[in-house]
Amino acid sequence: MGKRPKSFGLLAEYETPGDLYHACEQVRDAGYAAWDAYTPFPVHGLEKAMGLRASLVPWIVCVMGFTGAALGFLMQYWMAAVDYPLIIAAKPLNSYPAFVPITFEPGILFGAFGAVFGMLGLNKLPQLYHSLFNSKNFARVTDDRFFIAIEARDPRYHTEDTTKFLEETGALSVEEVED
Amino acid sequence: MSAHGHDEPVVRPEQVNIADSSMWKKIPMIAGAIGIIALAGAFGLKGEHDEGFYFSYLTSTMFWLALSLGGLFFVLVQHAARAGWSIVVRRIAENMALTLPMMGLLILPVVFLGAHDLFHWTHAEAVASDPMLTWKEPYLNETSFRIRAVVYIVVWSLFGIFYWHKSTSQDSATGKSILDNSHKMRWAAPLGIAVFALSLTFSAFDWLMSLDPHWFSTIFGAYYFSGAVVSTHAFIALIVILLHRSGYLRGVVTKEHFHDLGKMMFGFTVFWAYMAFSQYMLIWYATIPEETEWFSYRGAGDYLALSIVLVFARFVFPFLGLISRHIKRNPKTLAFWAVWILVAEFIDMFWLIDPVGPHNAGNHHPAIEFGLVDILCFVGIGGLWLAVMTWGLSRKALVPVNDPRLAESVHFENF
Repeated sequence: MGKRPKSFGLLAEYETPGDLYHACEQVRDAGYAAWDAYTPFPVHGLEKAMGLRASLVPWIVCVMGFTGAALGFLMQYWMAAVDYPLIIAAKPLNSYPAFVPITFEPGILFGAFGAVFGMLGLNKLPQLYHSLFNSKNFARVTDDRFFIAIEARDPRYHTEDTTKFLEETGALSVEEVED
Repeated sequence: MSAHGHDEPVVRPEQVNIADSSMWKKIPMIAGAIGIIALAGAFGLKGEHDEGFYFSYLTSTMFWLALSLGGLFFVLVQHAARAGWSIVVRRIAENMALTLPMMGLLILPVVFLGAHDLFHWTHAEAVASDPMLTWKEPYLNETSFRIRAVVYIVVWSLFGIFYWHKSTSQDSATGKSILDNSHKMRWAAPLGIAVFALSLTFSAFDWLMSLDPHWFSTIFGAYYFSGAVVSTHAFIALIVILLHRSGYLRGVVTKEHFHDLGKMMFGFTVFWAYMAFSQYMLIWYATIPEETEWFSYRGAGDYLALSIVLVFARFVFPFLGLISRHIKRNPKTLAFWAVWILVAEFIDMFWLIDPVGPHNAGNHHPAIEFGLVDILCFVGIGGLWLAVMTWGLSRKALVPVNDPRLAESVHFENF
């Protein structure tokens, strides 16, 4: 007898953003933790229906921004006052007013890096393989269908009970997806 | 995602109309009376040869004028951008701009009576013996100075009254004229912005920059403007918070709007720093004596400390304080920073005007002089300003109730 393929979880399909929104509220209230919603376009307010916590990205941007600014200042200080000291226009070697614009720039640059790569990292992107693409129906997520996937690693996950639960949230179909 | 019935009004009358029994109806009388008494007291204390008086008077006038002009700018820019979020707070800005005709009258003593005390370049013998002032005479002479002042006042008053009138008459308009009012206000906005930019820049040159007539900075108008805009957003937030405490505008102006006002306060705080630093760095870098002098006496004596205070009060602390989303969305913390920003605006005006006052004539270590006359001028002009502003506020609805996009504004949410 062949080994039964491991399950990624259950995928429920919805027809409208409204259906998905209310289903998300029910999944949230049922206490599931390892699940996500998939939509062709951003659905306004869905983060509230899903009960998502505030994103960590602002903190990453904050730390990266101040780090960038500090490094930018230190770089200029080291160049102008330590490595190659030159007196220019009778000003002190550590002429910090002149360093401000170039301190600002790496602050912005590092902040932007923090935003983009922090966002990608928190979304676990790029990903070369995702189990959900094993589902044929899931192709319509880029067109006109809305999905919720509850993953098998969720402690509350139970194949039959969760299937029944998802069907009651108004799903068009619920299928089990291979990992 | 909340459902709203079609027969339910967007705002209820008791949310947006000040009740007859409310304190807000009495503020115009009380503030006006206090203003007149304080201003009379200030003029009463003015001695026969009190050359310092108009410096105190100008400081307070420029502070309150910044809020009037900032209110006009807010109205113009929201119409030009066809912004939706700001409609519920636009009426407050319209009332702030309604003070422009009165502020125009209050600036007249500076232009016609105090010019000789304030502006060195009005003394013919000083101009004759000074090549730089002779060179600048085609612009800096009393006739053109007075004509320009009248032009600014007339233009500002026209725009202030136009927007207040068009917006409040829309409240009682019906049918097609509702849209006509919106279209006229939107149509006039780009023109208004162009006129506003020129008049504000040149009035800042005339009334603030020419206090030290040797000095010049092309960015100076933008410097005064940036401070005015920060303070305006702070003032609007503060007025809404006070109205909330009296039970008005609840559920109409929400924390989503506080968040946006906070973002504008934060953004224009950075913009002020950008303007102030751009002005400073180029002058510091080039080291041309007639330019550096303006900063050199602000870096000496008492003014070294005040200059450092200004940098921290106007940029460093509000920048760090307003960075968080939670602070902008909480009315208590937002009110704290709003008051802070208004205090910093006054420090800024004082820092621009007081160092060139007569008590610092020929003094290379200028001293801060702040006394009863300064307080009376601030309370006097401020009382009259608040009287006109709250008169508009308490007589008309607190939001443009017939604006076609009011619902969009009430239900506005940040992502």
